[in-house]
Amino acid sequence: MAQDVLRKSPLDTAHRALSARMAPFAGWEMPIQYAGIVAEVRAVRERAGVFDVSHMGRLFVNGPDAVTLLRETLTYDAARVDEGFGHYNLLCDERGGILDDPYLYRVGRERWLMVGNASRCEADLRWLQAHRRGSMDVSLDDRQALTTMLALQGPGARHVFQAIFSAELEQAVPRHACREIELFRQKALVSRTGYTGEDGFEFVCGLDAGRSLWDALIAAGVAPCGLGARDVLRLEAALPLYGNDIDTSTTPWEAGLGWVVSLDGERPFEGRQALVNARGATERRLCCIRAEERAVPRHGYAVRHDGRELSALTSGSFSPTLDAGIGMAYLPRDLTTPGTALEIDVRGRAVPARVVKRPFYKRGNRS
Amino acid sequence: METPRDLKYSREHEWVRMDGETATVGITDFAQDQLGDIVYLGLPDPGASVEQFGKIGEIESVKSVSELFTPVGGEVSEVNQAAIDDPEIVNKEPYGAGWLIRLRIADPAQFDNLLSAEEYEAHTTSEH
Repeated sequence: MAQDVLRKSPLDTAHRALSARMAPFAGWEMPIQYAGIVAEVRAVRERAGVFDVSHMGRLFVNGPDAVTLLRETLTYDAARVDEGFGHYNLLCDERGGILDDPYLYRVGRERWLMVGNASRCEADLRWLQAHRRGSMDVSLDDRQALTTMLALQGPGARHVFQAIFSAELEQAVPRHACREIELFRQKALVSRTGYTGEDGFEFVCGLDAGRSLWDALIAAGVAPCGLGARDVLRLEAALPLYGNDIDTSTTPWEAGLGWVVSLDGERPFEGRQALVNARGATERRLCCIRAEERAVPRHGYAVRHDGRELSALTSGSFSPTLDAGIGMAYLPRDLTTPGTALEIDVRGRAVPARVVKRPFYKRGNRS
Repeated sequence: METPRDLKYSREHEWVRMDGETATVGITDFAQDQLGDIVYLGLPDPGASVEQFGKIGEIESVKSVSELFTPVGGEVSEVNQAAIDDPEIVNKEPYGAGWLIRLRIADPAQFDNLLSAEEYEAHTTSEH
């Protein structure tokens, strides 16, 4: 696709009606902010916000052999995902490098939805096609252009959900669950997942239902939130961003994603041997770093220890929730202990920083 | 967007207010709106001497870093510590509590190189 031809969200006119600031992201023109990134971050941490995430991949994998194809290509064993639930997952190449970090939902016994990164959808589809053997009874159904995807996030999300649907349905979709529902007279999918570190729901639905749902959420007082706030929220929760924190040059072990790799049993899958070999031989690890004076760490800034340059920040931002500059970087194993003193080179200014426990932000228990 | 009539403006989106030999400098409403949430200000120390249209520091929003320039030259007499401590006030009151620095001006004739409110508004419309 030519760089200058940007795909538009099915909610494009709704965003413009709300005076959203639009910007290119992974080939899409998407809302970056409405009221402002800080206000939107606060809305999601304190109340509820809604994000248009229609740029994400939505690939349905259907058929009796879908589970076989997914077990052979994803690091977390799809057979361990119960019907009606989802699990974070990884596609790795033969060297154990991360190709994408999709969320995989088992919508039905033989019906799966893989939600991958916007920048990786085409590669994911090609990867699965390449691993589908002729004898496999499995279909790959790319529904990205035919559906809208919304994320309702925040401690107030459940109350909004109850008001629009029902308390029964809210109870029927516990954490990590997914369920087919009727949404504005169209079949839709709802899951209790997200990318903000808060409770919340994600919806995949038809284009008309998507517009109706968006309007209903805005009418209910939910704050429209852009990708700017989403990036800050996911970084505060230390959720990796593909292309920044993880890519084909990083392994799940280094990224702290070992919990997404199932090595028990004999299941063969792409990258398994490389991942077995790399396990325990990991020289570096993705760490959370917090600036100790007012500064905005950003992607690419050098990280030093005792004057020695260690690496560069893979992500960085000002955190409104912590009121501090935060970032992530791969650090040598002996410098990953929380409290370790570092310096971030903020355009020539040496800003003192420390390794802190991952994540930066974890939501508390709420009634 | 607000553009007070009694101020002078630079093409780099700073304003300056004259008060005797002292000039107060800040960024415009247009600039703060374009930047979004301001979270960091890097300003010169009092006593520094700065040249007209020269770089005096940096301003950072959540998403971007921009250089700050001064519309007039002189010696920095004061920096707004309240804005350094809480940069959000630059978004809220760019022409008031969110001012950036005060200068003892070097040459009042430099004001002739600046834009009026009307000219600045025309400038932002053409740039936008």
